Amino acid sequence: MAILSKKDSKLILDPLADNNPITIQVLGICSALAITAELKASIVMALSVVFVMGLGNVVISLLRNVIPSKIRIIVQLVVVAALVIVVDQVLKAYAYTLSKTLAVFVGLIITNCIIMGRFEAFALGNGVKRSFLDGIGNAAGYGLILIIVGFFRELLGSGTLLGYAVLGNPIEKTGLYAIGYENNGFMLLSPMALIVVGLLIWVQRSRNPALIEEN
Amino acid sequence: MLEHTELFFKSIFIDNMVFATFLGMCSYLAVSKKVTTAVGLGAAVIFVLSVTVPLNWLLDQYLLKDGALAWLGPEYADYNLSFLSFILFIATIATMVQLVEIVVEKFSPALYNSLGIFLPLIAVNCAILGGSLFMQAREISSLGLAFNYGLSSGIGWFLAILAIAAIREKIRYSNVPPPLRGLGITFIITGLMAIGFMSFGGMLTGGDEVPVAEENTTAQQEKEEENKKLDEETAQNTVSYNAIEKE
Repeated sequence: MAILSKKDSKLILDPLADNNPITIQVLGICSALAITAELKASIVMALSVVFVMGLGNVVISLLRNVIPSKIRIIVQLVVVAALVIVVDQVLKAYAYTLSKTLAVFVGLIITNCIIMGRFEAFALGNGVKRSFLDGIGNAAGYGLILIIVGFFRELLGSGTLLGYAVLGNPIEKTGLYAIGYENNGFMLLSPMALIVVGLLIWVQRSRNPALIEEN
Repeated sequence: MLEHTELFFKSIFIDNMVFATFLGMCSYLAVSKKVTTAVGLGAAVIFVLSVTVPLNWLLDQYLLKDGALAWLGPEYADYNLSFLSFILFIATIATMVQLVEIVVEKFSPALYNSLGIFLPLIAVNCAILGGSLFMQAREISSLGLAFNYGLSSGIGWFLAILAIAAIREKIRYSNVPPPLRGLGITFIITGLMAIGFMSFGGMLTGGDEVPVAEENTTAQQEKEEENKKLDEETAQNTVSYNAIEKE
């Protein structure tokens, strides 16, 4: 029945929780935090990374026997850069305002360490199908954190989700605002992204004590 | 001169790469366990940034920008190759990092060994590519300013990693809740430091203005647009009202 063998589905499911690229492997944090003030931007970023990583892993896996190991970093960078250019141009063409919000952070997908890390650790030594699944899985793990952080920051910061007012209207004092709730504008500022991720790590490690590190 | 000083302090404190834009976080978190390695990596980042940003500025100015190819002849003046900037910038960076790696290996094998995998990873340090991309986005106007920008952003990054490494060396002796140990507490401390650094935003404005967060929601922009529309409507109304009165 199962489309994927147990080993293969582990490739996708592992990075979602116990081997999450952001909270456990400490990779790809750079571009992850700056764009999470809005849920929509987080989702688009997550999808872009899924695209780049899935395809990039396939390409590197196909090329793995012909890449000389001395220049592999440059080859990897060129592959990612080409894919990111595609994403960037598509965003500029179909979602211009969003690509303005994301600004240079689309370009920074190139230097997202998750991508390089997975190329190095997985795609260079595994077949095409498994590399593809691994890429999708890790990108999904990254996207999951992005979406959780984006969700809380947008909800608590501006009282909206994807631009829809879900907590009522702060100006006309409807919904929650009628009983004295105020938006916490602090959540929109960049430092709060770090603190939210810190708290997520706290939650995750309290649930699974095996992950606790030494000081 | 004033321009240079302003850019210098602005990139170190106000637009600090780690605390304001979260660039180079991966190596910032991974290499900040000891002050000595942090200093080594920080110095390498300063060097690579202050070389690659001016180089990429030249590339941007004479190859990539809209109409940058005009020096080749009038028939090339319409070309806009800026979509290629990612690939060219990263090629410059990868080359420079390779160079730094060779130099460090030759002159300081101890540092080379302690940095380990993180030296080649400078190539994928977002701070380096981010420096060049921000240089492009902010339209920095001369080679000297580009060098200044690279150098001072590097210094800002260096200061950040130095500070967190020192804090982490101390925090080893404190009683942090176990699930927060290591990564979690580092994240939270960085967040608190970032809040502290936000106060530098008052440096250039003299504290008169509240610095506007870069990533303010589009909701606010929409509100502004609505307000503008309303203003225009009321203006029109008053005009027509005046006209009626005159009649």
